[in-house]
Amino acid sequence: MAKPKLALYWAASCGGCEIAVLDIHEKILDVAAAFDIVFWPCAMDFKYQDVRAMEDKSIDLCLFNGSIRNSEAAEIAHMLRAKSKVVVAFGSCALEGGIPGLANLTTKEDILRVVYKDTPSTVTQNGGVYPQTHSKMKEGSIEIPELWETVKSLDQVIDVEYYVPGCPPQPEQIWAVIEHVISGRPLPPKGSILGATDKTCCDECPRDRKEKKIKQFYRPFEIQTDPNECLLDQGMVCMGPATRSGCGALCTKANMPCRGCYGPPPHIVDQGAKMVSALASVIDSTEPEEIERILDQIADPMGTFYRFSLAHSILRRVEKV
Amino acid sequence: MAFEPRIIGFLCNWCSYTGADLAGVSRIKSAPNVRILRTMCSGRVDPAFILKAFQLGADGVIVMGCHLGDCHYQEGNYKTIRRLPFLKRLVKDFGIDPRRLRLEWVSASEGDKFAKIVNEMTEEIRQLGPLKLTVHREIERAIAQP
Amino acid sequence: MKQIKIDPITRLEGHGKIDIFLNDDGEVENTYFQIPELRGFEQFCVGRPVEELPRITTRICGVCPEAHHMASAKACDAVFHVDPPPTAKKLRQLLYNVFFAGDHTTHFYALGGPDFIVGPSAPASERNILGVVKKVGLEVGGKVIEMRKRTQAVLKVLGGKQTHQVTSLPGGVSKGITQEEAKEIEQHCLWFVEFGKFTIQAFNDIVLKNQEYVDLILSDAFAHKTYYMGLVDANNRVNFYDGMVRVVDPEGKEFVKYSPNEYLDNISEHVESWTYLKFPFLKKVGWKGLVDGKDSGVYRATPLSRLNASDGMPTPFAQAEYEKMYSTLGGKPVHATLATHWARVIELLSAAEMALDLVRDPEITGTNIRTIPTEIPTEGVGIVEAPRGTLTHHYTTDAKGMVTKVNLIVGTTNNYAPISMSINKAARGLIKKGVEVTEGTLNMIEMAFRAYDPCFGCATHTLPGQMPLIVRIHDTNGEILDEIKRN
Ligand code: SF4
Ligand code: SF4
Ligand code: SF4
Ligand code: FES
Repeated sequence: MAKPKLALYWAASCGGCEIAVLDIHEKILDVAAAFDIVFWPCAMDFKYQDVRAMEDKSIDLCLFNGSIRNSEAAEIAHMLRAKSKVVVAFGSCALEGGIPGLANLTTKEDILRVVYKDTPSTVTQNGGVYPQTHSKMKEGSIEIPELWETVKSLDQVIDVEYYVPGCPPQPEQIWAVIEHVISGRPLPPKGSILGATDKTCCDECPRDRKEKKIKQFYRPFEIQTDPNECLLDQGMVCMGPATRSGCGALCTKANMPCRGCYGPPPHIVDQGAKMVSALASVIDSTEPEEIERILDQIADPMGTFYRFSLAHSILRRVEKV
Repeated sequence: MAFEPRIIGFLCNWCSYTGADLAGVSRIKSAPNVRILRTMCSGRVDPAFILKAFQLGADGVIVMGCHLGDCHYQEGNYKTIRRLPFLKRLVKDFGIDPRRLRLEWVSASEGDKFAKIVNEMTEEIRQLGPLKLTVHREIERAIAQP
Repeated sequence: MKQIKIDPITRLEGHGKIDIFLNDDGEVENTYFQIPELRGFEQFCVGRPVEELPRITTRICGVCPEAHHMASAKACDAVFHVDPPPTAKKLRQLLYNVFFAGDHTTHFYALGGPDFIVGPSAPASERNILGVVKKVGLEVGGKVIEMRKRTQAVLKVLGGKQTHQVTSLPGGVSKGITQEEAKEIEQHCLWFVEFGKFTIQAFNDIVLKNQEYVDLILSDAFAHKTYYMGLVDANNRVNFYDGMVRVVDPEGKEFVKYSPNEYLDNISEHVESWTYLKFPFLKKVGWKGLVDGKDSGVYRATPLSRLNASDGMPTPFAQAEYEKMYSTLGGKPVHATLATHWARVIELLSAAEMALDLVRDPEITGTNIRTIPTEIPTEGVGIVEAPRGTLTHHYTTDAKGMVTKVNLIVGTTNNYAPISMSINKAARGLIKKGVEVTEGTLNMIEMAFRAYDPCFGCATHTLPGQMPLIVRIHDTNGEILDEIKRN
């Protein structure tokens, strides 16, 4: 029997998801043995043309990482969709926009202005030069893709069968997913989250939890925390309660609060909204003024609660004001 | 066509919903712009419901619950009193005018207060104009070309 | 005029693209190396609490998140005017040197090395890690995988996560190590040093003993006389984590030595409308375009540049190799781009030796790992050497430590101008009237930029394969006259 065909692709990605695949170490040889890798631009020599020439649905599994930021990435996403039986949004960026999705806090115009004009090392000639999609040089014309105003998750662009969360997904979890596919066991229903578990990060966290009553929030640099007690109990905003389990609470084990890279827990659509409820129930006050004062201590709710999931949240982006 | 604000009202079953009902039976004049959704308690209003309401096209959202101390579930509205201000901040950070989200305590006997709040808010939202979000445009686009 | 397109050459914050224009005589008129993507960290980091940036900017690059984590943490220290306790600094440095050794390994064996080990003229299908294994022996493949595995294990202990570390924060680190952990890491470091020596030996046997390769390294097609940049310690020896930035001129004389907060007096960036990436240059020399020489502000920041800009290595074995390299290649500075591979293996060994020294330092298991900031945060610059070049993070905050401005000059970006020049030079040297453009031609052009280990040629190249290359030759009407694919 012919081996199943595997494709991997990165869109607006940092490369960390690819590294995570390689971090399954020797098992990568099992992957190479079990699959016929038909497309992996970062590691192997296959071209877009080759994929374009393939028959529809001839790729069995496509692991797609990175968010969608421009027309070029969207085009390839559509192409891979047509050629693949199963598309997996792999990693936080593909799943929910990830950190590049923080660009939805701002506008394309502001990004261009800051990068090409305002940054202090940038030399501005005649009021500023901005990259143009089409440039007519004296020798001929050359093009670069146009940036989108809004960063998108993969499932906002194409239909997706499964999701693997994490920034990056942990190698053991990646292996579990691949191993499942290799084993031929039936796949879970469409839309399932793979490579994670069905609780919250808190359930995997070894720290002791008490009944929380918080009068004061701290930022990570301000205090030395107790290594055994829940960080949230100690007044540090920790995304544990609003984050899916699966990583093994890596960050809190390293004495740093969770930032939510495994995405919202089961049945939660909006990580930020979940975090608002979680924190609202532990603030120890019923006095409006005091409540406002305590809320003031939470630095940057948007950038913290939606660190990885802004593009996939209910409202998706900040409106220009 | 003149702009008619669409306001979603989450009203707790025990006090505010009854208050709204009272306004109705007492024929107190109030703007028809608030579509009421009955919840068991203001504490049951998940922040995601509110964001979802904006996503689906609400120009404003109002949450009404029992006065502090009167919640049928004791603690419910104490949660609300922390949640709503928090959510107002978040909504503001999303670039939505925080006046589009409101929290009020209305008891079962305060039909007149209900009407007054509804009229006030409708007027305020009318001034603010319709809420047009990127997500609305994107959904429209997605529907137009499936 | 004909146009040759190499698209995509693969990633550097996206996927690079080369256009080569030929004139009517069939010679290269010009080349453009375009970067088609921008993510805008400089803007969306604004408004964030500054202590979060070491956890956000890691996502600039999943290949070298450690470099961003460290540059960012150092910028945060500076913003808060705090000095981390010695143990914390040593833990950061330990993490950093282990990362360096691992990263250089992947590049050498999987990406850049195959050009030499298997040979520049070998078929593309063999110029990959499998080809390396075939040539050097089966145990090498295993060793490379083991090196990765061990470095990742150490990074997880020290950084909390193996990719996108979390432990560095303003004033220190969040987590120390126990005696047992130190013992374990020491065992790994001993192994790293042995591996470094083995790699040097392999480089000697395969490359240096082959006159053809040495000639290729020294050939003019791959040389550029530029300024060189690198971080140095108080004795002007290479340091990856800390020190002053030293720049030497094309003759090897010190041109400037600056501390991180003086970078703006020394570095500027030029913008071109046809690419999303900016071109950094030496401010005091000025931007003269994509040209080399003493009058052009173009500088390079690569392993070779660091060696050129320093007076030596901080560790004994690496120092011996450093001396050997310069005596073999005819003294300092070395302008041959391909010698970067040699410099890289010397750095690999040095990083391993450094890591071993650090983990054996009794202070490494200390428990004082944080200085809690007390001063009002303002502004700060953090500089480290990323494997691919000097990395600068510059933050300004309000009095609460919320970010108001961010400027980043990222490793590979430093080399954008020289990479473009190297591509141009290689193309000019190789594409001549009447000479058919073949896959071999593309290999050589590719080799020119691969020496820089630009991030697009990143450490993920550990599976058999090549970057996809397609050259299309267009006539003036845009009709495709010829197409060459890399198979
Ligand atoms: S999910 Fe994280 S690791 Fe993966 S590409 Fe995005 S930023 Fe990189
Ligand atoms: S809130 Fe954070 S520290 Fe507390 S239990 Fe949950 S994950 Fe652990
Ligand atoms: S603790 Fe949170 S932020 Fe850290 S890896 Fe796990 S899910 Fe991601
Ligand atoms: S029952 Fe009315 S607020 Fe709880």
